[in-house]
Amino acid sequence: MTTATQEIKRQTENKELKNVVILFAGDSGDGIQLTGTQFTNTSALLGNDISTFPNFPAEIRAPQGTLAGVSGFQLHFGSVNIYTAGDASDVLVVMNAAALKANIKSLKPGGIVIANTEGFGTKNLDLAKYPKGVNPLKDGSLDKFKVYEVDITKLTRACLEGSGMGVKDIDRSKNMFVLGFLLWMYNRSMEPTISFLKEQFKKKPELIETNTKVLKAGYNYGETTETFTTRYEVKAAPMPKGIYRSIMGNQATAIGLITAAKKSGLTLFYGSYPITPASDVLHELAKHKNFGVKTFQAEDEIAAICSAIGASFGGSLAITGSSGPGIALKGEAIGLAVMLEIPLVILNVQRGGPSTGLPTKTEQADLLQALYGRNGECPVIVVAASSPSDCFTMAFEACRLSLEHMIPVMLLTDGYIANGSEPWRFPNAKDMPEIKVNFATKKNGTIQNGDVTEERYLPYKRDEKLSRPWAIPGTKGLEHRIGGIEKENDTGNISYEPENHEFMVKLRQEKVDRAANNIPDQKLDNGKEKGKILVLGWGSTYGSIKTAVKDCIALGIEVSHAHVKYMSPLPKNLGNILKNFDKVLMPEMNNGQFSKVIRDKFLIPTINFNKIKGVPFSAGEIKAKIEELNK
Amino acid sequence: MSTTTTPAPTEKLTAKDFTSDQEVRWCPGCGDYSILKQVQTVMPDLGIARENIAFVAGIGCSSRFPYYMDTYGVHSIHGRATAVASGLKATRPELSVWIVTGDGDGLSIGGNHTIHLLRRNLDVNVLLFNNEIYGLTKGQYSPASPLGKVSKSTPYGSVDNPFNPLALALGAGGTFIARSMDRDPIHLRTILKRAHEHKGTSFVEIYQNCNVFNDGAFEVFTEKASKKAETLFMEHGKPLIFGANAEKGIKLDGFKPVIVNVADVSANDLWIHDERDEMKATLLTRFFDDPKKADHMPRPFGIFLIQDKPVYEEGMSAQIADVIKARGEGDLDTLLRGRETWTIN
Ligand code: SF4
Repeated sequence: MTTATQEIKRQTENKELKNVVILFAGDSGDGIQLTGTQFTNTSALLGNDISTFPNFPAEIRAPQGTLAGVSGFQLHFGSVNIYTAGDASDVLVVMNAAALKANIKSLKPGGIVIANTEGFGTKNLDLAKYPKGVNPLKDGSLDKFKVYEVDITKLTRACLEGSGMGVKDIDRSKNMFVLGFLLWMYNRSMEPTISFLKEQFKKKPELIETNTKVLKAGYNYGETTETFTTRYEVKAAPMPKGIYRSIMGNQATAIGLITAAKKSGLTLFYGSYPITPASDVLHELAKHKNFGVKTFQAEDEIAAICSAIGASFGGSLAITGSSGPGIALKGEAIGLAVMLEIPLVILNVQRGGPSTGLPTKTEQADLLQALYGRNGECPVIVVAASSPSDCFTMAFEACRLSLEHMIPVMLLTDGYIANGSEPWRFPNAKDMPEIKVNFATKKNGTIQNGDVTEERYLPYKRDEKLSRPWAIPGTKGLEHRIGGIEKENDTGNISYEPENHEFMVKLRQEKVDRAANNIPDQKLDNGKEKGKILVLGWGSTYGSIKTAVKDCIALGIEVSHAHVKYMSPLPKNLGNILKNFDKVLMPEMNNGQFSKVIRDKFLIPTINFNKIKGVPFSAGEIKAKIEELNK
Repeated sequence: MSTTTTPAPTEKLTAKDFTSDQEVRWCPGCGDYSILKQVQTVMPDLGIARENIAFVAGIGCSSRFPYYMDTYGVHSIHGRATAVASGLKATRPELSVWIVTGDGDGLSIGGNHTIHLLRRNLDVNVLLFNNEIYGLTKGQYSPASPLGKVSKSTPYGSVDNPFNPLALALGAGGTFIARSMDRDPIHLRTILKRAHEHKGTSFVEIYQNCNVFNDGAFEVFTEKASKKAETLFMEHGKPLIFGANAEKGIKLDGFKPVIVNVADVSANDLWIHDERDEMKATLLTRFFDDPKKADHMPRPFGIFLIQDKPVYEEGMSAQIADVIKARGEGDLDTLLRGRETWTIN
């Protein structure tokens, strides 16, 4: 760009919008995730409410330009409250033909396509499996959209001509051109990105310079090219006062675990084996060694949980994390932890199943596995997070319940919220409650040994919560042995007595049930306390249900929304809430698992509404279902 | 590192102090009794307070062991003692951790954890009771049973080759490799003490007679009549000599060990055992012939190899200390805030 062209200022129209959905799509090597994240952060700083959803290809390095290699980043931002990443997009940015083909169906009629023309050559069209001679940019198939063809590759190369960089490296910064252009289009400052580049390439200053140059070129392209006559403005959203940051679910989970460790005064131990989409929790925790966090990358899923069991026996706050297939492998060891009655948090970042299933896609189909998926009667506490930032809250809660009740706790999140992000009004450390942990230090009972009564440590003597004491190695006089074999209450001695087994089975269940005294009551998220329809959800469907119910209430429909986060035990008042509605609609990204549980516990005819496609519900789908029920 | 020194007991302990109130339930005559006795006898000499000792076991006859030791103990699940112990030791480096496992538990269902424990070299002791059979499940062949083993699950003989447990341990990077037997209490106690002294994973294979399902599997090595001729008791710095009258020795002919008559060679020609020679230890673990084979090598007992290698839990703690030094102790508010924030008024 010459200075002369920069000086040409045009009159552009400024249009105000309430909310916008942009979908960036391209090859996984096109820097799509980075572009999306930077635009997100910039918008967050501007005060927009935001929700994002990255969509990764299943293959790490699928062949360039193919449909299998398309990576996406969907961003929904607005001057109104935003709860989902958006049903359909207003703007689709595509770096090649495959990206267009894979995503055009999600563009609203009249939406904008920004296409990198270089990605629409014969080779790319072939790779995207368009019939010979068909170019969607030319054949009128996109007539209902506004299509802007920009030769991003060429413009980027021109911008960095003479920089001494190779073409390959130059092409890698074309995402900055896209970003710059969109920042212009939505009236956003380039400053946050420039300071990000400075931080990111501290050790390679030449890259700061080149990337900034391309970013500015993209911005100026919008400014100087006459094709673009409209710029948009999305003002700050009415969010509660406070200080915000942007947070992704897996990151929030990790921070929640560290917070719980700090608040309980225990060492955090995380035993894990890499698995999509849970690995980022391991990565995040491994970064925070200065909190004394011990991360253990185990040889397999079983070792991951067993090492955590060992750490818990030793007095650490022990966590193991995985996704469905890994949880299946951990089943036997979860049973051991149930028998040992030690604190342990098992994180399941759910993905599409069964077997390897859809590793990079989202699903909620491990609820029954969490509740029942082990041999024997093997109850654990189960909690579920409903949004990226809620992962923090529920990770903390999982630790609290596990430590306070000496029970393994399963924490469910899923691929959608794990990789999605949203603004988070984070708490101050001092506002987070302490978690009280009292290691046993004294003998707590007696046994009769012939005529003599001996003072003893009884590992399975219980308090009113039915929780047993936690005596850790190193405590003199409390030496004891625990194991997976059925045991006698109080002493923990092995016992195969029929009566004893039934007693212990019921006792372990009762112990989980009593944790209901230590969880908050179920609240209605929206709507009246009594009415025609209750939408009952759990987990990551929160945003879509929230949006749908809000819209329906605005239309005058008598509908309410309750979102369950404590899956077992359920909040004590849930039954009373259910009684107040004629119909209970249960949207789930599975084949009706929570619905089965509700029917079993409350004997009511719930209405299933299921989507098992590896992608979240759109708010529109749920709204349509509510409207149908309202007829 | 000083944090890993285990506190000493305040009073003088005896074997009785390590005996729990649980009735021992192995079959009468089982080799496990002797091993339990030797462990209980050795414990007071180690100078560790009882509360700082943990026994961790999996499943199998041998895995009942923790119940009989009056220390801290976990009787876990099949094959996973090594993994449970890894988490315990990683978070509590000052504890003295003992893993009791068997040939099924440690080499079959838990084989993966065994090799990774050895690779990581946590400072724990593994006692692998090898009876070449599944006892608790009543007599199936194990991955240590010889080819052709007739057992309940292989009535016509097994068709798979056994592991050579010590060669496996060595291959996995083990830093203390030893073999002993239930029937030689003095030798077993010596090895147990040396295992305890070693910093790193000590892997001790103990030949143990299962008199119910595999009686006499090791009798050529343990019974008086044949023991001296069939076993080679290795001592550091001493020549490798065996035989009823210590008349035979081992000599290295290039890379090939050969049996010689001691009388025919000069003392300097014999192989002098060096516990720290990895190459020679590799050869010694290969002395694994079927004793029925003609010209077979005697079976070695004692310490094959000791090596100094970094210990996992120390590396883990040191890394944390380094990061704290470089970045300062983690501050929760800084973590909660993250890199970028914005304010809404
Ligand atoms: S079955 Fe064999 S190994 Fe098990 S206790 Fe009996 S004799 Fe010992």
